[in-house]
Amino acid sequence: MAVRTVVEAIRDALLEEMRRDERVFVLGEDVGLRGGVFRATDGLQKEFGELRVLDTPLAEGCIAGVAIGAALNGMRPVAEFQFADFIHPAVEQIIDEAARIRYRSNNGFSCPVVFRAPYGGGVQGGMYHSQSVEAMFAQWPGLKVVTPSFPYDYKGLLKAAIRDADPVVFLEHKKTYALPSLRQEIPDGDYVIPIGKAKTVREGTTLSVFAYGMMLHQSLEAANVLANEGLNVEVVDLRTLRPLDKEAVINSVKKTGRALIVHEANLFGGFGGEIAAILAEEAFEYLDAPVRRCTGPDIPAMPFAQPMEDFFMPNPQKIAEAMRKLAAY
Amino acid sequence: MRSTDEPSVKSKDGFAKAKHEELGLSKEELLKMHYDLVLARMLDERIWMLNRQGKTAFVISCAGQEASQVAFARAIKSGFDIVFPYYRNMALVLAMGMTPREVMLHQLSKADDPCSGGRQMPSHFGYPKLNIISVSSPVATQLTQAAGAAFASKLKKDGKVTLTSVGDGGTSKGDFHEALNFASVHALPVVFLVENNGYAISVPISKQMHIKDISSRAASYGMPGVTVDGNDLLEVYRVAQEAVERARNGGGPTLVEAKTYRYRPHSSSDDDRAYRTREEVEEWKHKDPIEQFERYLEEHNFMDKESEKQLRLKIRQVIDDAQEYAEKAANPSPESALKYVYAEEEVR
Repeated sequence: MAVRTVVEAIRDALLEEMRRDERVFVLGEDVGLRGGVFRATDGLQKEFGELRVLDTPLAEGCIAGVAIGAALNGMRPVAEFQFADFIHPAVEQIIDEAARIRYRSNNGFSCPVVFRAPYGGGVQGGMYHSQSVEAMFAQWPGLKVVTPSFPYDYKGLLKAAIRDADPVVFLEHKKTYALPSLRQEIPDGDYVIPIGKAKTVREGTTLSVFAYGMMLHQSLEAANVLANEGLNVEVVDLRTLRPLDKEAVINSVKKTGRALIVHEANLFGGFGGEIAAILAEEAFEYLDAPVRRCTGPDIPAMPFAQPMEDFFMPNPQKIAEAMRKLAAY
Repeated sequence: MRSTDEPSVKSKDGFAKAKHEELGLSKEELLKMHYDLVLARMLDERIWMLNRQGKTAFVISCAGQEASQVAFARAIKSGFDIVFPYYRNMALVLAMGMTPREVMLHQLSKADDPCSGGRQMPSHFGYPKLNIISVSSPVATQLTQAAGAAFASKLKKDGKVTLTSVGDGGTSKGDFHEALNFASVHALPVVFLVENNGYAISVPISKQMHIKDISSRAASYGMPGVTVDGNDLLEVYRVAQEAVERARNGGGPTLVEAKTYRYRPHSSSDDDRAYRTREEVEEWKHKDPIEQFERYLEEHNFMDKESEKQLRLKIRQVIDDAQEYAEKAANPSPESALKYVYAEEEVR
């Protein structure tokens, strides 16, 4: 067992997968000598050399296209985008190409690429270093979208993503990367966590919270506050957004009758809307209250100034308040 | 640009060496290339006819551009090397080994369409058996992918060359720059073929770029760039052979610009009378790649008018067969639309 932060768990997964399978290589901006701006690939170039830990030109569309082409020629590329905010030039490659190569070729070709990107705010990253882009990718069949919360899951899910036969968008909440409070003992060596399985991280009966990434931790904190008030909140870590573990979502609501979704991406068109729709369609009889969402506001992006950033981010206080209201309905 | 009537080099014994000999091409290879040219042209014509008959909803044509495609198919190792084509490459995929029946199954969107099982628009080729990578409609996305496939070859040392093609329109996209730049940084075994037919749908070259030759852009990536008469098959073959050899021997990428012309509108949904004169189209037909090549074959007594006529009759039968075969083939079942979104068996 070793104690690991989120980013250390990610690095362990990359290191072990590259040792296990020589088809695996990483590419991106500053991933080589610098070890990545968040240090996720620190030390890898020393062990695997400049080609398997490839510093690319500053061109996100190229990073994605090169990864896709290499996958089509038998490799298992892991492409790093420095910030999810800068992934947009690569969206054409990820959505129009990677996501549908298997489909459009009638299973003739496949595209096993992992697209890693740090997302999320709360780090004074301003409008272009704070975005949450998960809903955009989760909408596309052909892609898998993974959003872990704990170091243990980051490692096991990243390994699963690298071994997956299809493209995976692997989103890493940047505020959690080095957060000391999230350090976790994780097993040494190889383990894989299957993509598509949620995990109930706190059992409860009053209401269900569905979250991922930093918001999962904020929701747990809020749940602990409410425990002192006698409310027993269940918290489900979605871990994967596509394929979504619908069964886990529905089963939790069958138990509690109330659902709150928390994400920091904008409300309108956010991933929470999909969960709400699933519950409305498939768990209506079990609901004792309307489904609620606690999310970032519908403004174009996260402002830089601390008071405005705080205003944007859901936090334990806001989440606890949303829980109280929902419980009281 | 060099042309076929350039003086031939002398062989050691003092006799003039024919151009194809100089290029190492046998009579059989010449006749195969001629067959591929005519097959592509006639199949294309048949497909337009089917479109007018309402039997196929969409056509995007290679007519006029066959020579560079057939030349490149000969210059690479088909089935070993990797090809990222674009949608105007029917002559390329035929010359590489897709059969007329297969092309017709694809054109008519049948269940056995080997490219996509009827999922993609026609001329969106893809053929796993020959490493012909599935084509999409967004222009130029294949270029960075080709660089990536070539990068994988460098990692694996698999000896493969990657060929990718694009129209002049696609060279305006950032992907073109990003792909050439990346390929040159790593001296990758890839050849970029630009089939410059003078138009991005209706927009002429003069409104796309302020340079004479697209190949001149290669200089800014530190790679060789060559412009060739795309209607001169043997000349394209010479350039293709050099570029493929350079890639195979570790010499890095090459940008080849084949200047050519498309005879048809951009697609069956386009009307080119809005943007180019009939005189211009006729003028290019005087430089027809097939006629030029036939003159060469006639000069060397490999073909004559009669054998050319007989060949066309034979090809017509091949195309009749392909059409009949594809028309009788089963349509994809509606529910097959749900298949292959993800791997149905986990591959590890």
